[in-house]
Amino acid sequence: MKLLLLLLTLLIAQPASADSSLPAAQWADRQLPDPRQEARARALMDELRCLVCQGQSIADSDAEIAGDMRHLVRTRIAAGENPRQIRAWLVERYGDWISYRPPAAPIGWPLWGAPLLLLLGGGLLVRKRIKLRRA
Amino acid sequence: MSRWLPISILALIVAALVWRLANPQDTTVRSRLAGKPVPQFVLPPAIPGKPGLTSADLAQGQPRLLNVFASWCVPCVAEAPVLADLARRGVAIDAIAIRDRPEDVTAFLASHGDPFTRIGSDDNSRVQLALGSSGVPESFVIDGRGIIRYQHIGPIEPREVPLILAELEKAR
Repeated sequence: MKLLLLLLTLLIAQPASADSSLPAAQWADRQLPDPRQEARARALMDELRCLVCQGQSIADSDAEIAGDMRHLVRTRIAAGENPRQIRAWLVERYGDWISYRPPAAPIGWPLWGAPLLLLLGGGLLVRKRIKLRRA
Repeated sequence: MSRWLPISILALIVAALVWRLANPQDTTVRSRLAGKPVPQFVLPPAIPGKPGLTSADLAQGQPRLLNVFASWCVPCVAEAPVLADLARRGVAIDAIAIRDRPEDVTAFLASHGDPFTRIGSDDNSRVQLALGSSGVPESFVIDGRGIIRYQHIGPIEPREVPLILAELEKAR
């Protein structure tokens, strides 16, 4: 009986939540009526990082602030802004960090160069091996 | 020589991992707007009887503290007495309430004190995003010309009061 009561109390336990009591913003989880605009918004949302759940895009995240960011992206796309402007607006506030598309700035060059270097290194290794075998 | 190459590469990788474990990455997201003007905005009042907030209110010749808070935010409760202390020391504090209802804000202020001159209501975090803020609570020191001079992420702890006062003094 005591155990049952104890288990029943679990049912009334409420998780401590850090969420507001307001419903999600209008365009957080609703598609834009124009499918072309929605597709553009969607593509951008996939490439923007959620501020509080840093491994997720705002398209994937359930966080309230991610919902508000989706609302922002959709309203601006609907108002005729292009995705590049919206991304630039966010980068101006949060830095390149907010975007999953790395900029082609000098700091990113090693990243772009790494595949070429690895390919070159691999090629050299293979050549050495082939030479060894011929000898 | 070449026999030691793989093991030294492994040692390098392990060293890098250990170093990262010992020095975890800083995941706080700072606003890039420090040193830049507050973006233009107009927010309606969050509660009846107290004015809302516009960006023009933040450029009145004297430095002000802008607190981004919410009634549903637990650390904001801990921060409330510190803000009250700052207000007692003559600091002008305005606030933005994020995703909040008037009755909730009124109840929050009734139980934790109200150090704010104006409170704007930001229903869908629009102004919060425009400020480059990524959570609640956050505070911005804004100088008399409306330029953001300092961003404080997380609740202001009692021991950080001198820091905030110094930043306000610097913004004078």
